[in-house]
Amino acid sequence: MIEVLRRFGRTGLRFFERLGRGNIFFLHVLAGVPALVLRPTLVIAQTWSVGVRSLIITVVSGTFVGMVLGLQGYNTLVDFGAEESLGVVVALSLVRELGPVVSALLFAGRAGSALTAEIGLMKATEQLDGMEMMAVDPLRRVVAPRFMAGVISMPLLAAMFSAVGVLGGYFVGVGLLGVDEGAFWSQMQSKVDVYEDILNGVIKSLVFGVVVTWIAVFEGYDTVPTSEGVSAATTRTVVHSSLAVLGLDFVLTALMFN
Amino acid sequence: MYSKTVEIGVGVFVAMGLAALLMLAMKVSNLAELTAADGYQVTARFDNIGGLKVRAPVTMSGVRVGRVTQIDFDDSTYEAVVRFSIDPRYMRIPLDTSASIYTAGLLGEQYIGLEAGGDENFLADGDEITLTQSAIVLEQVIGQFLYSKAAEGGS
Repeated sequence: MIEVLRRFGRTGLRFFERLGRGNIFFLHVLAGVPALVLRPTLVIAQTWSVGVRSLIITVVSGTFVGMVLGLQGYNTLVDFGAEESLGVVVALSLVRELGPVVSALLFAGRAGSALTAEIGLMKATEQLDGMEMMAVDPLRRVVAPRFMAGVISMPLLAAMFSAVGVLGGYFVGVGLLGVDEGAFWSQMQSKVDVYEDILNGVIKSLVFGVVVTWIAVFEGYDTVPTSEGVSAATTRTVVHSSLAVLGLDFVLTALMFN
Repeated sequence: MYSKTVEIGVGVFVAMGLAALLMLAMKVSNLAELTAADGYQVTARFDNIGGLKVRAPVTMSGVRVGRVTQIDFDDSTYEAVVRFSIDPRYMRIPLDTSASIYTAGLLGEQYIGLEAGGDENFLADGDEITLTQSAIVLEQVIGQFLYSKAAEGGS
């Protein structure tokens, strides 16, 4: 009985210890961000591997999500003779929810896991220690550029996801199912608000970008420096960042669209 | 060389992201007040336009011939002034054409239906359609129905 309690307490303490480490780590990384202005090439190189190479998966998924929304929305709306509202349905669900959330999930799977594995392997092969020996702060040289690249890429990816999603919905709705083109766009434009919907979507994706990249670089930096450790850290990155995105999405939606 | 490719790639990526945002802002949301007014402009005055929106279709015999480009309220006559552009392919629409506001389906959006008249002269840019019929507002119809029912019951 005492043993169970003890184990319980140990798990709790570990959890909070890790959470605290993560927060201190986050502040350290943030402190390293301003210095990046002097060395933009670092951020550019990371934006390439984090952002540009996540582009194809994001765009392809966005198109298909939009097409499915168009198809499903049409099937539901046509019963009410309101298939003209298809544009509103597609655009609002993409801009408010699916764009930021699904692209953040894809981003966690595609870029977050790679970030963790890369940094974790650097730690396992003692490259990070080597940097410290040469008086190079790995937080500033390795982690901060990757963090910044993730924060920059995420909103852009989410915006592209929503944009191609709307085009996919347009293709299915107007192109295949014969919804009136003008009604599709005009209802969309009259119902979707720039600040209320689009700006809030961008803020959401920015928050997701910060959280997902933070989890990814922290898991990498905090990994047990063995091959099992790196593999476990990569798994944790994907699981934790997906859960964080979905949980935060609910909170943000409740705050924004109330 | 590698870094050059990378820089160009990142530049294109950021430009595409911003273009996507711009497209969301201009094309998807209500930011754009773009009036791509090709075709000739015709106005019509209605007592009540119901839920008619800018860019709603203008149809004749069910075929779309134009789009609503602007909706204003005239505070001297208390009428809605609807301006719409008609496709230049349809130049032979009689001057005494009448315009009505209909609803597509039960919950659908509202559009303008034109009924051709018999005039020998045709509508041109800047003309006004004088024969108009307002949108049917469901509450008014129900109100009239209840009123007539009540009157029947009372007699």
